[in-house]
Amino acid sequence: MIEIIEVPSPFCGIGTDDLSIQVDGVTVKVLSNGCAVNTPLFEQPITDISARVNGNSVSLEEAVAKAAALLQDTKLPVIGGCATDVNGMRALLALADKSGAVVDNMNFVGARNNFLALQDSGWMNTTLAEVKNRCDLLLVVGSDVEAFAPRFFERYFWTDAMFVEDSEQRQIIYLGRAPSGDASTSPNGHKASIYECSIAELPEVVAVLKALVKKQPILAETVGGIAVSDLQTIAEQLRAAKYGVVTWAAGALSYTQADLTVQMLSDMIKEINNQNTRCSGLPLAGKEGDQTANQVCGWTTGYPARTSFSRGYPEYDPFLNDSRILLANGEADVLVWVQAFNVNATPPVTDLPTIVIGRSGMTFSKEPDVFIPVGTPGIDHAGHAYRMDNVVAIRLKKLRNSNLPSTADVLNAIEQAL
Amino acid sequence: MLIKLTGGTVYDPASGIAGQQQDIYIEHGRIVNAPTAEIKADKEYDLTGKVVMSGAIDMHTHIGGGKGNIARTLLPEDHRADPVARTHICRSGCGHAMPSTFVTGYRYAEMGYTAGFEPALLPINARQAHMEMGDIPILDKGGYVMLGSDDFLLRMLTANKDQQAINDYVAWTIQSAKAIGVKVVNPGGINAFKFNQRKLELDEQNAHYGVTPRQILQVLATAVKEIGISHPLHVHGCNLGVPGNVQTTLDTIQGIGGLPMHLTHIQFHSYGTEGDFKFSSGAAQIAEAINKNKNITIDVGQILFGQTVTASGDSMRQHANHKHASPNKWVTMDIECDAGCGVVPFKYRDQNFVNALQWAIGLETFLLVDDPWRIFLTTDHPNGAPFTSYPHLIRLLMDKSFRNDMLATIHPEAQKMTTLASIDREYSLQEIAIMTRAGAAKLIGLQDRGGLSPGNWADITVYTDLPNREQMFAKPNYVFKDGELVVVDGEIVKTCWGTTHTVKPDFDVSVEKELKAYFDRYLTMKLGNFKISDDEITENGRGSLTVHPLRRAS
Repeated sequence: MIEIIEVPSPFCGIGTDDLSIQVDGVTVKVLSNGCAVNTPLFEQPITDISARVNGNSVSLEEAVAKAAALLQDTKLPVIGGCATDVNGMRALLALADKSGAVVDNMNFVGARNNFLALQDSGWMNTTLAEVKNRCDLLLVVGSDVEAFAPRFFERYFWTDAMFVEDSEQRQIIYLGRAPSGDASTSPNGHKASIYECSIAELPEVVAVLKALVKKQPILAETVGGIAVSDLQTIAEQLRAAKYGVVTWAAGALSYTQADLTVQMLSDMIKEINNQNTRCSGLPLAGKEGDQTANQVCGWTTGYPARTSFSRGYPEYDPFLNDSRILLANGEADVLVWVQAFNVNATPPVTDLPTIVIGRSGMTFSKEPDVFIPVGTPGIDHAGHAYRMDNVVAIRLKKLRNSNLPSTADVLNAIEQAL
Repeated sequence: MLIKLTGGTVYDPASGIAGQQQDIYIEHGRIVNAPTAEIKADKEYDLTGKVVMSGAIDMHTHIGGGKGNIARTLLPEDHRADPVARTHICRSGCGHAMPSTFVTGYRYAEMGYTAGFEPALLPINARQAHMEMGDIPILDKGGYVMLGSDDFLLRMLTANKDQQAINDYVAWTIQSAKAIGVKVVNPGGINAFKFNQRKLELDEQNAHYGVTPRQILQVLATAVKEIGISHPLHVHGCNLGVPGNVQTTLDTIQGIGGLPMHLTHIQFHSYGTEGDFKFSSGAAQIAEAINKNKNITIDVGQILFGQTVTASGDSMRQHANHKHASPNKWVTMDIECDAGCGVVPFKYRDQNFVNALQWAIGLETFLLVDDPWRIFLTTDHPNGAPFTSYPHLIRLLMDKSFRNDMLATIHPEAQKMTTLASIDREYSLQEIAIMTRAGAAKLIGLQDRGGLSPGNWADITVYTDLPNREQMFAKPNYVFKDGELVVVDGEIVKTCWGTTHTVKPDFDVSVEKELKAYFDRYLTMKLGNFKISDDEITENGRGSLTVHPLRRAS
């Protein structure tokens, strides 16, 4: 039995790297600094150690050969999930390039809200250490920060800061959605301000807030049930802050054209900076390899991870390359699902031949044609994963000897066999 | 296998060879002495009439790191205009302003380049930069680690830490980030922007720390010299792009007091305020200062007309420049109490007075600086233009009539504001070889690269001596990387993986005690998780590390 300290997590997206973990054979136990997101994902036991073809245990070589055979002579393979480490994504993209596949990260529908805003007008963003050391006002829009990352406030808010005199005096405002717990209440009991509205009304509320920041006159007295005078207060707080931060989880903005909300927020932040005050955005995103998928796909193709190689070169389309649509309308002819982090993130059920490169322990409502259990980056092998703020890649540690292959091992072998 | 390159006209400034006919032998990846008469080459290339140089080295090109990937993500429409299909040898990708990593490697190699150096390795983002560069085939690579706006250094300066302590921190950072040099960008300015300062003059204090850019330059240039890094402190100065910044640049040169210093993309720092448009060329003053101060080296950061994207660590100046964004979308980031970045697409237009004069200022600088060992050919890729425009730039330098033809097409007021037409200088092949090979290798401190004498790695480019230098430099006949033939007639025939060039300066390990406390208290990562290990570069079987000697030791 050994104890490993300063373990980084690839799961929570906020780059916690202070976990202490006990390893006994292949059993992992989080001793300290776990959370509701990380602990179960670290402690998930290994159940499958052998690959399966049509439900029967086979050698890894046989499973790889079968996967390659299923990919041979296909017209439009779809590689979904895309939840793995940097080397896994490198191998995934090499396979996609060779097989002419569509690559589609499983959380792209949420991420698209950010990408569309970024690619249309850009933004001014910040990273977690700047939040920790500078942020004196946090505006949370339509999102539940602690459900996303339970330790966000403990690690980055109620803690020593270089440039915030008294961390407990930092202000937090929730706009749209109330938090699910008390993590945003400061240790001395200072509570966040909460202005609730229905999520569907958030675009209107944000539009009015942005207009107020731009000093446009507003005739209405309420919007989405929130008093305009309250929004005026928020606008003034943003202007008065030394380093305001506006955060949103793109996936939580669960209505159509939510990219326009992200764009309004980003434009509002730019406007505040034009009024001689600093303010930055902080998109909350990037669990289980989402950022990793988009980063590696970004440097390999120029585009985020919803990109098709079917014409021999990468083509990005944030709508047409949606794998669920390609599966539903019969364009795809084989599905490869790659998910090395989360046994509950199973592939969409389809009648098409299905190859799953998944975390050991994954169970299926419909047995895939090929299932190859792989190790989890940061537990079974070393690797790299991106944090939510994209700038920081964390070095994942190998914690145990499970003999499970890595995603990269398996995908490289399939690519070689093609 | 013994390879013989027979009868080429060799330009090897590292050995003082300027256009002599010479045979070159290659074995086990290196250039070797002529074997005894009885040993026959396994493979011979007849290079009679061809021009032979070592592989070109781009000493300042943004090929790795977060801001480049932001630039890629920002501009899908630019990629769509230049799709790159997969071949039986090459991976697919995209080209133009900020190409995908694989295409970056292919296109550099296709022009005869065999190495590129990322000048802005943020310590906290160095891991990403190395991973991106790890996906660039063929090229050798390396990076200069960025310091000067990191809160740790500024706290040290405020606390009046001695130079030795700063040296230890700089050396530790170089090792942690696996770098080969040190860069400073808008010294202290990126940090000041986080405190809402919108400009920072050379002698202006950071509002929080009270530290000036001049102080930062002084301690970092001293650190680089004292810890024995070959590459002088790589400086992106204050006031990038601001009319009148020529004075800032001249003051920066004076202020460094004779310490070695490299001023990068100096074109963007050579602007006066004369004329009807209050924008004029400071190139003559800059060139005069460079010619006089032998401690200074520069690269130009030439702009060329067309669409590109600017990606810089200088969040302060990039924020100010956002009003020029074309298309109108842009990104800035404050990063991890470490640095920042700004990404702003630009379309440089020959009929825009400022852009036209920027073009002329860069060329004036090239032509007025006397010593080709102290000036380097860059466009600050992709900021002035994509690296794929180098052959065009070389023609502008080597062909006066072509240059003057181009000059005649730019904004007429800009033509009046430049002395370019009166400059007769044409660069020789030897001078090009110095700027892009021998000089660059010497400046960075690369051992066994940038030369063609026995013992060097066999990075070799063979050109046809065409009068049209753009055509000549765009499509070499052969490119060898570490002795492997990778390009024939400007097309990739084989790919391989280059090495990552680094230095490993010593430091007092007790520096980690204070750093660990700082990381634990203020940063978001444990010190042990911050440091990049060797296996991170080498584990996927593509990379290797090359550690170059320090200046003192050599």
